[in-house]
Amino acid sequence: MKTLSSGRKRLFRNAITYGIVIAAFVILQILNAGGLLSPSLQGQLVPICAYVTMAIALNLVVGISGELSLGHAGFMSVGAFSGVVVSLSLQQAIPSGPVRLAVAMLVGAVCAGIAGFIVGVPVLRLRGDYLAIVTLAFGEIIKNIINILYVGIDGNGLHFSTQNEAALALGEGGKAILKGPMGVTTNVKLSSFTAGFILVLIALTVVLNLINSRSGRAIMALRDNRIAAESVGIGATKYKLLAFVTSAVLAGAAGALYAMNYSSIAAKKFDFNTSILILVFVVLGGLGNIRGSIIAAALLYVLPEMLRDFYDFRMLIYAIVLILVMLLTNSPFFQDLRGQLQSKLRDRAVAKADAKGGSGHE
Amino acid sequence: MNKPGREPTRLVPVPSPNIIPERDVDKTPILEAQHLGIDFGGLTAVDEFNMAIGRTEIAGLIGPNGAGKTTVFNLLTKVYQPTRGTILLDGIDTAGKSTVQVNRMGIARTFQNIRLFSNLSVEDNVKIGLHNHIKYGTLQGVLRLPGYWKEERIAHERALELLSIFDMQDLAGAKAGSLPYGAQRRLEIVRALATNPSLLLLDEPAAGMNPSETAELMENIVKIRDTFQIAVLLIEHDMSLVMGICEGICVLNFGHIIAKGTPDEIQNNPEVIKAYLGSGKGE
Repeated sequence: MKTLSSGRKRLFRNAITYGIVIAAFVILQILNAGGLLSPSLQGQLVPICAYVTMAIALNLVVGISGELSLGHAGFMSVGAFSGVVVSLSLQQAIPSGPVRLAVAMLVGAVCAGIAGFIVGVPVLRLRGDYLAIVTLAFGEIIKNIINILYVGIDGNGLHFSTQNEAALALGEGGKAILKGPMGVTTNVKLSSFTAGFILVLIALTVVLNLINSRSGRAIMALRDNRIAAESVGIGATKYKLLAFVTSAVLAGAAGALYAMNYSSIAAKKFDFNTSILILVFVVLGGLGNIRGSIIAAALLYVLPEMLRDFYDFRMLIYAIVLILVMLLTNSPFFQDLRGQLQSKLRDRAVAKADAKGGSGHE
Repeated sequence: MNKPGREPTRLVPVPSPNIIPERDVDKTPILEAQHLGIDFGGLTAVDEFNMAIGRTEIAGLIGPNGAGKTTVFNLLTKVYQPTRGTILLDGIDTAGKSTVQVNRMGIARTFQNIRLFSNLSVEDNVKIGLHNHIKYGTLQGVLRLPGYWKEERIAHERALELLSIFDMQDLAGAKAGSLPYGAQRRLEIVRALATNPSLLLLDEPAAGMNPSETAELMENIVKIRDTFQIAVLLIEHDMSLVMGICEGICVLNFGHIIAKGTPDEIQNNPEVIKAYLGSGKGE
């Protein structure tokens, strides 16, 4: 009766994660309705959701599947711009904002998923750090492609060009959507905190359910020991690709959500620094620890804004915080403290289960 | 190479002479290796390896360090592709097959240096072994459709059942990497068994075990053979284990088979004694 069975323990852990996300949403909504949030924080609610989703998605690749991706902002970018183009072209066809946002996020997710598949198929057949190299290049390639891409729409449908706006040869009443290095400047803001919250919940459900299923176990088996996993009949490429494409799909949806929060957005927003920022969230939150990723992404994304009072020293303090977090999570004292806290929580859960008369298992 | 004489009753009509128990005599052997060999660059690690294993035989592969025993395992499981020769599993050629495919055809193995999924629980390790016998897709798993719950329950029960072979069902929730050494070796065997093999390859199953643990392991290997009706091929340095439970033994030295036969024959074979103890004339 002292320990929960492994299945119960896992259920309990996941319930806490969902609980934290839902509680955070409710609290922020209440604060927002009461006008207690500063305008800058208010503006950050949607980006926080996008980056939390990104962190969950990247943790699936880096933490769960054990491959390093240095270009996740590239998938975010693919999702963002395909989403925006779809949203602006369907303005007449779908008048309802939330529906158009959902369609844009879906298209963004699919496009990013296809990009993930194309990148993953050749690379994930190899052993070693090739994925890091290729995704690093992928992020830069996507950024440069979107930087020279012009997309416009008129009565005849979409027009593409890599020259300039005039080369689009738009007809009567046509308008340019994507203008190369300027990006999208006439976007219609559709994202809302609620939409972001729903996306985070979906990402969380997909990833947690995947991890605790047959395919997720195969992915983790390949991470822990590829030779042993193959010796029990698990094909490496298939499951590595599954994790990578799932992650790209979620990143695409997050990208679309993020882009739809601004009236103008350019490709340079999704550069190497953004990829690294997301990687920092994942590493500091703990590799393979989804709950950690969520908390780290939310806090570390808000932190620079909170530090605005320190002006020039803002990034310096940010860096110090990162180093401190890294040191503290590895210090035995804090690990002990956390272990004690966890066992206390677990005891309480067991006691509660006993009180309910749930004494079915050992 | 001189081949040891055998009792007439044990003679088997298979291409390569090997000791196959009487109960398997009229069946095709589960595994036949013919003229198997592999070169690493200019080095011939294994050459002319011929062996046949009966369907419910416990066979041993012994030899001094560096003789090529583990290389043979890696050839059989296609970690290395053989340079020469054929491997027939249940009469089917495994040429060009991958490790994954060979496992699905029925070969499961353990490793000399334990390879568990050490961050996962004991139960999950076994469930990963059951991977190809759990019938639901990724989407069903992510959406938690009824198929998921049904198959997961079956997998859970099967995992505990398999763990009970070694009385490990109480450890199901523990982290595999935190188990004591002997338990890790036993878990590897359980994981291999979970793939439902027809041939189980054990690479030094008794390494690091004390005599009482080894005795228990011997009983369990025989029990596994009897319950699952499978063949077992094991590499082992502990001669009490090899001589105690193996029905046929194959001795390797410098990549070549120097002797094959029953435990009695091997113990009295002059070539084997020379390989293990030296010729006594100095080199």
